Amino acid sequence: MIAFIIRRLVQAVIVMVVVALIAFSMFRFVGDPINQMVGIETTPAQREDLRERLGLNAPVPVQFWRFISKAAQGDFGISYQFKQPVADLLAARAPATLELSLVSALFALLVGIPMGVYTGLRRTAPLSKLFLTVSLVGISLPPFLIGILLIFIFSVSLHWLPSFGRGQVVDLGFWTTGLLTASGLKAIILPAITLGLFQMTLIMRLVRSEMLEVMRSDYIRFARARGLRARSINFGHALKNTLVPVITITGLQLGSVIAFAIITETVFQWPGMGLLFLQAVQNVDIPIMAAYLLLIAFLFVVINLVVDLLYVAVDPRIRLSGRAA
Amino acid sequence: MRRILLGTAAVVALTSAAFAQDEKTFSYAFQGELKSLDQYTLNETFSLGTLGNVYEGLIKRDGDLNIIPGLAESWEIVDDTTWRFHLRKGVKFHNGNDFTAEDVVFSADRVRSQGSDLTTRIPKDAKFEAVDDYTVDVHLSSPNPILHYEWGTWGIMDKDWAEENDAVAVTSATSAGEDNQNYAALHANGTGPFKIVSHEAGVQTVFEANKDWWDWDNRDFNIDKVVFTPIAQDATRVNALLSGQIDMAYPIPVQDIPRVDSNPGTDVLTGPELRTIFLGFDQMRDELKSSSVKGKNPFKDVRVRKAFYQAIDIEAIKKKIMRDLSSPAALMIAPQLYSKSDQFKRYPYDPKAAKALLEEAGYGDGFTVMMDCPNDRYVNDEQICQAISAMLAKIGITIEPNFQPKTQYFAKVLASNKYDTSFYLLGWTPGSLDSWNVLYNLNNCRNEDGTEGGAFNLGGYCNKDLDALTAKILTENDPDTRDELIGDAFTIIHDDVAHIPLHQQGLAWGKSTNIDLVQRADNELMFYHIKKN
Repeated sequence: MIAFIIRRLVQAVIVMVVVALIAFSMFRFVGDPINQMVGIETTPAQREDLRERLGLNAPVPVQFWRFISKAAQGDFGISYQFKQPVADLLAARAPATLELSLVSALFALLVGIPMGVYTGLRRTAPLSKLFLTVSLVGISLPPFLIGILLIFIFSVSLHWLPSFGRGQVVDLGFWTTGLLTASGLKAIILPAITLGLFQMTLIMRLVRSEMLEVMRSDYIRFARARGLRARSINFGHALKNTLVPVITITGLQLGSVIAFAIITETVFQWPGMGLLFLQAVQNVDIPIMAAYLLLIAFLFVVINLVVDLLYVAVDPRIRLSGRAA
Repeated sequence: MRRILLGTAAVVALTSAAFAQDEKTFSYAFQGELKSLDQYTLNETFSLGTLGNVYEGLIKRDGDLNIIPGLAESWEIVDDTTWRFHLRKGVKFHNGNDFTAEDVVFSADRVRSQGSDLTTRIPKDAKFEAVDDYTVDVHLSSPNPILHYEWGTWGIMDKDWAEENDAVAVTSATSAGEDNQNYAALHANGTGPFKIVSHEAGVQTVFEANKDWWDWDNRDFNIDKVVFTPIAQDATRVNALLSGQIDMAYPIPVQDIPRVDSNPGTDVLTGPELRTIFLGFDQMRDELKSSSVKGKNPFKDVRVRKAFYQAIDIEAIKKKIMRDLSSPAALMIAPQLYSKSDQFKRYPYDPKAAKALLEEAGYGDGFTVMMDCPNDRYVNDEQICQAISAMLAKIGITIEPNFQPKTQYFAKVLASNKYDTSFYLLGWTPGSLDSWNVLYNLNNCRNEDGTEGGAFNLGGYCNKDLDALTAKILTENDPDTRDELIGDAFTIIHDDVAHIPLHQQGLAWGKSTNIDLVQRADNELMFYHIKKN
């Protein structure tokens, strides 16, 4: 078991280094950061001087080594555009992204599961068909369009909800939250729906197919024969068994929700890490881009590691095959 | 627990409602971020314009961009090379310190120090001398009639404050983070009508009216608080304005102008901008880097350049692409910045004449050339380039499009990449609002790597007569003679077709109808011109 964990940890580190390397070599195609850091009248000599001081003239392997050795100590350097430590900027933006991701995941679960159960139990009801059609829209429309559409309906036409920003936030010292103020709560609704719609559809369809499967199984039939109440059969026996894959998927998807918040954050000017990343791309702010990509890679690596370890804990056969490989 | 949370929410909601009633808040969005509060870090219109509400220069620009007294009450040219500035008395910085001559001398050093992006504000060899607390002399090595032209965006900083907070050095990405060097990037202490209350880079900046401002009694604004949010996405920015969440948003994309105008409660303020959009040719290399013509450079021939000029239907671009939000240009500088601009006319649109010119030059069958064009820098830049490609096709020129985001575009065409372009589109606003800047930067001969001469003359156009005139214009103190010389210089580049000026792009500011403000042609938003009803 310990050997397995160590092997997985080594693999995780290798993945991180590879991601860092790919990200780092990609930056060479994003553009020249210097042009974004100075005005157009700045002379070529001044630009060259800045390039030298930033260490951009060093050979790529040297730059990469500097970057990776500092990053390993948690130092991601100074943002080119904001002139602040990248770690501080990311820390300041993280609460917004995490709150948005969490709320949208909750939305996906709390709406997706009941809808899945309903459509699974009443396959032919008109409401089921409506749910399925809506979910098809949720899957096929890009989040960008959904966001604009929601803004158009609920902000521009109806004036119910704000179209951008986080509303008023409360600073708790280590965390800024928008979930404690009325304007903050109003502000999170549209972005959370936009971000969570795809996951909600996924969960709904998953629950629905699992429900259909389970309802056909023998133990449900026996339960019916024993005269148990429908409510107890549907929720006590059937739903419980469908939830295992839902939990797995939700856990795995949480990573992508955080990573793909970029688009939603851009549409709603949500001041999170995704927006910061996009601003960084537009400004060729390499330190921010590098740190963000590493952070996201780290997130996925950790999630996958935890999932793998959990599987091993649950199912000894994986451990055996792992050793064989 | 739930009750406590709800209670907190209610209290916060109530207090915010109460605040909203007593004070007038103006909230607005712009497409870019306010990257640093250190005004010497980045020479960019938006940052400098925004910080112009907080920091003030010795001079100011009024709504029509005329120079008016700022922190200097008056100034005089004592002799050809000495200027004397009489400073305003009783001015205080936001932290309560007095404004004196030593702050001016300090700021003059700081703005020319390493890491400053505003070094062009003052000639390198100019010596600043504090004669007494409220008089500053500037000694120059040669006459300079436009010494103070760029000072509207050179704000004076408090020497004591900078020293106390370790902010003497200009904030840059290379110095920030070590010790306390980035203090000035996150804090501001000017003399201006607005103070910065909070600043979260890339998220939000909040300003508050400064009741101790020296000109408070004559103020022309009634807002107490300003909230700025950067919104990069066009759709989001427009929707934020339409939903009434903000009072103003700019720029408004031209295709959205009718939508904002027809929405009750909002309208669009349009006007000409100073920026001139133009085309340039590689006239330096003996063979173009990306063209079907081998062994020679067709753009060295003035007939070819003129053929390109006359093949472009600028009125069609104005109508179809700019939706009338542009003014076709005959000059490389905005007409409002040069007194004799009405003497210059564009070469007429005439594809037949263009074709004839090409034939005369020996390119009757046309040729292929790559065009470099940004697609996210200027108003409808990519569409303009596409239209021009189509127009040039009619005289036999095939354009190989290379339209890319500004980050890649500028990386390719500027000096850092050895001016790798044969034919390009660029925009230029002279920082000094004066013709010399245009003549020097865009039209003077340069060496190969751009370290000498006009560094932004990407195509390397070169005419020694023009260079001589440009040098004369720099030191001519008599305004009338100077304007004559500028006219001669512009005549040379017009005859040479050094570039093809296209148009001044328009400004489009979307605002709520209950807001009154002044739209400056340099695209700077001054809070002290804003009234909210």
